[in-house]
Amino acid sequence: MAGLAASFGSGAMTNSINEISDAACIFAIGTNTTANHPIIGRQVTRAVQKGAKLIVVDPRRIPLCRMADIWLRLRPGTDMALLNGIMRVIIEENLMDTSFIEERCEDYDAFEASIMENDLATAENITGVPAQDIVRAARMFGSYIPATILYTLGITEHSHGTDNVRALANLTLLTGNIGIPSAGVNPLRGQNNVQGACDMGALPNVYTGYQKVENEKVRRKFEKAWNCKLSPSNGLTLTEMFESAREGKIKALYLKGEDPVVTDADTTFIEKAISHLELFVVQDIFLTETARLADVVLPAASFAEKDGTFTNTERRVQRVRKAIEPKGNSRPDWMIICDIAKSMGAKGFDFGSPQEVFEEMRCLTPSYGGITYERIEKSGLQWPCPDHEHPGTRYLYGERFNTPSGRAKFASIAYRPPAETTSHEYPFILITRRCAFHYHAVMTHKAEGFDELRSEEHVEIHPVDAATLEIRDGEVIKVTSRRGSIKAKTKITEIVPAGVVCMTFNFAETRTNILTSRALDPITKTPEFKVCAVKIEKEESAYLMKDRMRWGTGKS
Amino acid sequence: MSDVTLNINGITVRADEGATILTAAQDAGIYIPTLCHCPDVSSIGVCRLCLVRIENRRRLEPACRTVAEEGMVVVTDDPEIERLRRVILELILSDHDFNCLLCAKSGQCRLQELVNRIGFNEHRFNRLEHMAKDLPVDTSNPFFDFNPNKCVQCAICVRTCHEIVGNDAIDMSYRSYDLRVSTFANKPLKDSVCVSCGECMERCPVGALVPKKAEYPTREVKTTCSYCGVGCGLYLGVRGNTIVRARGDDESPVNKGNLCVRGRFGYNFVNSPDRLSLPLMRAYDDFTQPSSVVEVTEEGRPVTLPLVKREGKFVEITWDQAIKYVASSLAHYKGDEIAAISSARCTNEENYLFQKFTRSVLKTNNIDHCARL
Ligand code: SF4
Ligand code: SF4
Ligand code: SF4
Ligand code: FES
Repeated sequence: MAGLAASFGSGAMTNSINEISDAACIFAIGTNTTANHPIIGRQVTRAVQKGAKLIVVDPRRIPLCRMADIWLRLRPGTDMALLNGIMRVIIEENLMDTSFIEERCEDYDAFEASIMENDLATAENITGVPAQDIVRAARMFGSYIPATILYTLGITEHSHGTDNVRALANLTLLTGNIGIPSAGVNPLRGQNNVQGACDMGALPNVYTGYQKVENEKVRRKFEKAWNCKLSPSNGLTLTEMFESAREGKIKALYLKGEDPVVTDADTTFIEKAISHLELFVVQDIFLTETARLADVVLPAASFAEKDGTFTNTERRVQRVRKAIEPKGNSRPDWMIICDIAKSMGAKGFDFGSPQEVFEEMRCLTPSYGGITYERIEKSGLQWPCPDHEHPGTRYLYGERFNTPSGRAKFASIAYRPPAETTSHEYPFILITRRCAFHYHAVMTHKAEGFDELRSEEHVEIHPVDAATLEIRDGEVIKVTSRRGSIKAKTKITEIVPAGVVCMTFNFAETRTNILTSRALDPITKTPEFKVCAVKIEKEESAYLMKDRMRWGTGKS
Repeated sequence: MSDVTLNINGITVRADEGATILTAAQDAGIYIPTLCHCPDVSSIGVCRLCLVRIENRRRLEPACRTVAEEGMVVVTDDPEIERLRRVILELILSDHDFNCLLCAKSGQCRLQELVNRIGFNEHRFNRLEHMAKDLPVDTSNPFFDFNPNKCVQCAICVRTCHEIVGNDAIDMSYRSYDLRVSTFANKPLKDSVCVSCGECMERCPVGALVPKKAEYPTREVKTTCSYCGVGCGLYLGVRGNTIVRARGDDESPVNKGNLCVRGRFGYNFVNSPDRLSLPLMRAYDDFTQPSSVVEVTEEGRPVTLPLVKREGKFVEITWDQAIKYVASSLAHYKGDEIAAISSARCTNEENYLFQKFTRSVLKTNNIDHCARL
């Protein structure tokens, strides 16, 4: 969320979920909302039923397109060029909110100059979207208030994801769509507690509530509270960790509740990196593909077996309650961590309950300061909520932005092509996505019924491409990228445009991420999941994964 | 918003402007039978069970669709209305497959309630030709079944799928006696565009749409869904030490009782037999000397004894051993040789503790989580 933080001062959904249905215009970019966030998808449906305009930007014909007033089918990875094109039209046709820009923003002139460097013809060339559609979208977005932007991985999983997000922020600022209900820039978070994990400082550069590690005053505060010395320098990001593990600099890794071997870009690299570790501890509820590589596996309890809080994508802190006893001898993560810490002789880990942990955290975290278990007993509170009287915050930046000057910053950014492009040898663009029924690998596969709905990987391919390659529907093909190759069944469909193939990464059996690229966004270090160049070959043997490596269940 | 005052069954009733007679009556504690009315979706007035008499109007009007007006005089039951309702009910029952004792909806079925409230003329009913339909039950969806023989054609499911879910997977098709709920081209639900969210099932007033597993919980626990960042409010129904049901929390400002397929039917991973039970460790370490030596197969977890497996495979160890082992091994490394990866699935408290542990005990800021999304 570095993109939003740079523009506005903090990175989170600016508005609330149930405000979406009151928007006058919705700009959904890189989000298959109805599939991945169905409840938000329903808000979009409601808004459209009430007359809102809907602009969908996606290379795939996702279900939202059916409802859309305008669907911009851009080439994968060219979002930036499209957004700059749209903003140029808005500026040229004077659809921007000049008084908002003057009163609440800065760096506008440089931004305007940078936008004016691109013309529409170039945008059309790069994105493949006809110029008149760009104009239509710009007029539509520029003439309805409140207009809200929704986005997910489609935007951030690029080597230049931060640029994309800042461009979206620019678009909102330009039209004054922030600081009011039903507007704003709204990242829809994937996993249930991504927002919370970030808020809690599970990041290499900040403590809780985005307080910077490098800020001496902040560090002092935490040193005093935790009664120890703390490192003043930023740590490594996830991807850098695996890189330095590979180089032998990181020797021990303690991983909790994640499955990077299946879910991260470039699986082969990650596996190699792990094999260089001297000590690899994994804490999870299942023996995941990653856990199988561990030296020690600690069985954790599931969300139904412990108390605590999650923070959802709209910054709402909500209670999780223990419904049943932990299965087998598993234990809640918080207990395991405390036990290990105490066993290492550390002080300050004598917690009797998650509520005590929360109390300590909230005293150190201004944005959570007024949130207590008592107050969120019935329904959650949205941070910032600095004190006990504060009712929580439905939408951000009503008065000022969280930047030092209180003004939002326009960013001047030029389009950069995706880090990986097609070539003669690798002529197709592969995009990855999530399947509605399965979220990441493990959980839904372990719940009965979900595998029946869709149990094997499909490669979506356009009929024209299939005809050229003489591929039949359902045939097994080989997909090869510069990093590796996998086999999977095809599904011939016009959902994808010609020249693009699409796969999901929800299946441990076909690890799509063997193919994807590790080119990183320079700021967030998010790898490029979305765009990678591949070639497609026919595969002779028709049998695929008959003896699928289904660990654990014994039924295959 | 201003109020209107009307008279229902001789009682003076106040209602919000724009409210229907049905709402006005219900708010005043007056019962009007309904079947096709569902407060979450718009009313279409097809069952005609809620017909009421309004002074100075020639026809009887459906209470669920008629807006209350100032000064209206309404009668909700008189002999003619009662007779009409009985006939309607008899006709609905005449082709209903009622084997209530075996029906999952029994006890919560609107049709049963109507029979109790309205009653029917047994003599007349027995003279009707009972043409219980014998249509195939659609069991293709892994989570719920659709039994058209129990369907009363109220179209609540159709309106739910259209208005709430926005998916339009189902619609009413065929005509008159053959009228029924069907997917596009009458395909099984699994092959339709249905996303298995189960919203229609939740609202079906009878036993036509019922969950495959219909166990009643002994208690419910209010919590938050753990699948995605929306964070829907959820009630988990518990029976013994097992979760048997999930339903949306109507009070949650996030989802207002709605859920998607994962939230409603995905809780079962918690009960999966593949769950890890005891800590596992690679056998090449002789740090522990486990007492008994039994092979763990990859399948068939969980195992409850400390186990050894040779050649770099896993052994089960006790928690004490595991904690000591991890603690003492981590202590070998200093600062920047260690990294920790936290989880966007775990709670705030656990993420807080984990970063505190990494920063204050392991002495490094090398902490991140997997979802930089
Ligand atoms: S389960 Fe959901 S998508 Fe399927 S028919 Fe019912 S309401 Fe529609
Ligand atoms: S399936 Fe249920 S909700 Fe749908 S029309 Fe039949 S009775 Fe009504
Ligand atoms: S019910 Fe569905 S939309 Fe709601 S939090 Fe769970 S996974 Fe997300
Ligand atoms: S409830 Fe009014 S017509 Fe059915």
